[in-house]
Amino acid sequence: MQRIPTFSKGGVHPDDRKVYSRSAAIERLPMPSELIVALSQHLGAPAKALKAKGDTVMKGEKIGEASGFISSDVHSPVSGSIKEIRKVTLANSVQCDAFVIVPDEVQPADPEETVDWQSLDGSELLSSIKDMGIVGMGGATFPAHVKFSIPKDKKVDSFVVNGVECEPYLTADYRIMLEKGEQALEGAMIVAKIVKAERVIVGVEMNKPDCIDHLKEIVKEKGYPIEIVGLKMKYPQGDEKQLLKAILNREIPSGKLPLDVGAVVSNIGTCNAIYEAIVLKKSLYERVISVTGECIANPKNVLAPVGTKMSDLLDFCGGFSKEPEKLISGGPMMGFSFFDTETPMTKGSSGLLALGAQKKYRSTACLNCGRCVAACPIALMPAKLYRYISNGEYEEAMNTSLMDCKECGCCAYVCPAHLPLVHTMKTGKKLGRKKK
Amino acid sequence: MNIVMAIIVVAVLGGIFGFGLSFAEKRLAVKKDPKVLALEPIMPGINCGVCGYAGCAAYAAAVALGEAPIGLCSPGGPDLVAKMAEIMGEKVDASGETRRKVAHVMCRGNVEVSSKGYEYEGLEDCNAAFLLFGGDYSCKTACLHLGSCIKVCPTDAISRDAEGYIIVDEQKCISCEKCVQICPTGVMHMIYEDSEYAIECNSHEPGGKVRKVCTVGCIGCKICENKYPESGCSVDKFLATFDQTSPHSQIADAAEACPTKCIIKR
Ligand code: SF4
Ligand code: SF4
Ligand code: SF4
Ligand code: SF4
Repeated sequence: MQRIPTFSKGGVHPDDRKVYSRSAAIERLPMPSELIVALSQHLGAPAKALKAKGDTVMKGEKIGEASGFISSDVHSPVSGSIKEIRKVTLANSVQCDAFVIVPDEVQPADPEETVDWQSLDGSELLSSIKDMGIVGMGGATFPAHVKFSIPKDKKVDSFVVNGVECEPYLTADYRIMLEKGEQALEGAMIVAKIVKAERVIVGVEMNKPDCIDHLKEIVKEKGYPIEIVGLKMKYPQGDEKQLLKAILNREIPSGKLPLDVGAVVSNIGTCNAIYEAIVLKKSLYERVISVTGECIANPKNVLAPVGTKMSDLLDFCGGFSKEPEKLISGGPMMGFSFFDTETPMTKGSSGLLALGAQKKYRSTACLNCGRCVAACPIALMPAKLYRYISNGEYEEAMNTSLMDCKECGCCAYVCPAHLPLVHTMKTGKKLGRKKK
Repeated sequence: MNIVMAIIVVAVLGGIFGFGLSFAEKRLAVKKDPKVLALEPIMPGINCGVCGYAGCAAYAAAVALGEAPIGLCSPGGPDLVAKMAEIMGEKVDASGETRRKVAHVMCRGNVEVSSKGYEYEGLEDCNAAFLLFGGDYSCKTACLHLGSCIKVCPTDAISRDAEGYIIVDEQKCISCEKCVQICPTGVMHMIYEDSEYAIECNSHEPGGKVRKVCTVGCIGCKICENKYPESGCSVDKFLATFDQTSPHSQIADAAEACPTKCIIKR
């Protein structure tokens, strides 16, 4: 029997809990009465506002301009008028300015014509990706045009597409692969052209056999030179580092990027957005978000405009079936818990989870059991880092590779002492950086 | 027999090494700058690092070499400045700051009087809580009561009182400002030790907003400043401050009149 690939070091096997929203086909959200479009929906510098209070905006119009090398444009998801510019706090605690947009009654239809991307060259494609405000849609929201600008001295041979969706609960990418597979794979071909990769490989975990079959069929039908690889389930396989190890058996050294081992990694949802940006000329102003969890009445995968308030999404899904204990934006392992349902979703919101009451555990002292060390996919020593950080020894923590921590949550997931390890790492990183 | 032998061998070896060491000490001694020798013993010796050097000795050496100015050591205070100046043969400005500063938490909020956005469960550390929406209190400049400052204070001057407020023992405080640096909400301030009153609020938000989230915060109403011109209080950006050096005969009345009672006698 053939060995099914996965990454080697660490990792955990959380229950996938995708049943809630797995079979719900993508539905479009009816236009909300108000949108809150934040200017910082990406990693890096917030965008600069191009519009003021009272201005009217067109659907797809640029309303925020990238304000640095690592930054991204922001577009209006609707035609409407700007009611005000307000300070908002996003689900990940980032504070920034946001446009409050009231949509018009009638919205323009999506344009019909399509662009033949084959006739465009790499740099033209790259600049339209920048203009369309594309960012990584798995959650990290790294501006796509920066990731795909390959420095002259680097060579890329492989483009790896992440169709893993290893976070429990989330099914947005799953639905995209099933319903928009053609688009996403064509998007992958566009990226391959930009980064000049010879191989294109899509990695999908084995809990989605229907996706694997469906994508393989498309590839056969269209004759794309794309390999579809089934991967053994293990969290966090969707991380660049783990995915490259699983698929190409290449290891990224500490502090390096996939580029340094000749690869570029991107999410399947991002590939779909790139297809829509290039071929349909649609800037990134809407995305699929999984609204799911034990406490959601009708879990769904919703195609919603960026800036939709979480409360609108909840209403669309029938509200809560029971009082939730925790609301999370993103997945349960790496997402952010938040409390205000008026918080807007952003380009990076892959999920909205309402989770029920869990058994409460009290943290005890570290047992020195070493389970966190075994679980850490990048072979850190979370227990040691925890000790340094809780003693205020941030410099020692930095010297013990604290900055390599991905905040994947594996260590906290396995810790029998229930120590808040990831939260500690985040605190340590912040204070360690401040010290320098 | 063997035992006697062993004792003799060890004794002889010890003698030889001892002689060697005392010889080395005499002949190879590093001559220390007399100024360093004079400065070292007068330093506070707590190695808090506020001066920016690795410790008291390192700072003393830097001063002796003329690399660092005197007066960086806040725990030493004006006394130390005078002594160091004497050793270094420098003149100090006698008009310089001589009032001692101590750390003080400028917030009287707690679970009863301030509203919370959410229930925080996690690391017992203010900076950790601050990562999540700037802490659980709706006021983002409040004391979070998780005691990061307690952990960093080199003289154990900070503690919790019976009500859970963070208090500073002003006798023990050496003005090193470590607590001010670690505090994520900026609610720990350095105030003059001789101040009789302090306005214990840290929020520059307008009054309406403060009222929504806290009943004991300064709302910037300016009653203290306008009605009691001799209260020593002045309001800037919706927050009053008290200055001991300006005329303050009316401060007790102002404290009484303050609608949220945030002018606190120390
Ligand atoms: S959160 Fe950081 S330390 Fe913990 S397992 Fe993940 S990478 Fe390792
Ligand atoms: S898993 Fe938890 S208890 Fe075990 S060594 Fe790591 S931190 Fe300590
Ligand atoms: S003063 Fe600052 S550091 Fe100290 S407990 Fe309050 S919030 Fe925390
Ligand atoms: S840490 Fe704060 S309270 Fe402690 S000695 Fe330094 S200034 Fe005073």
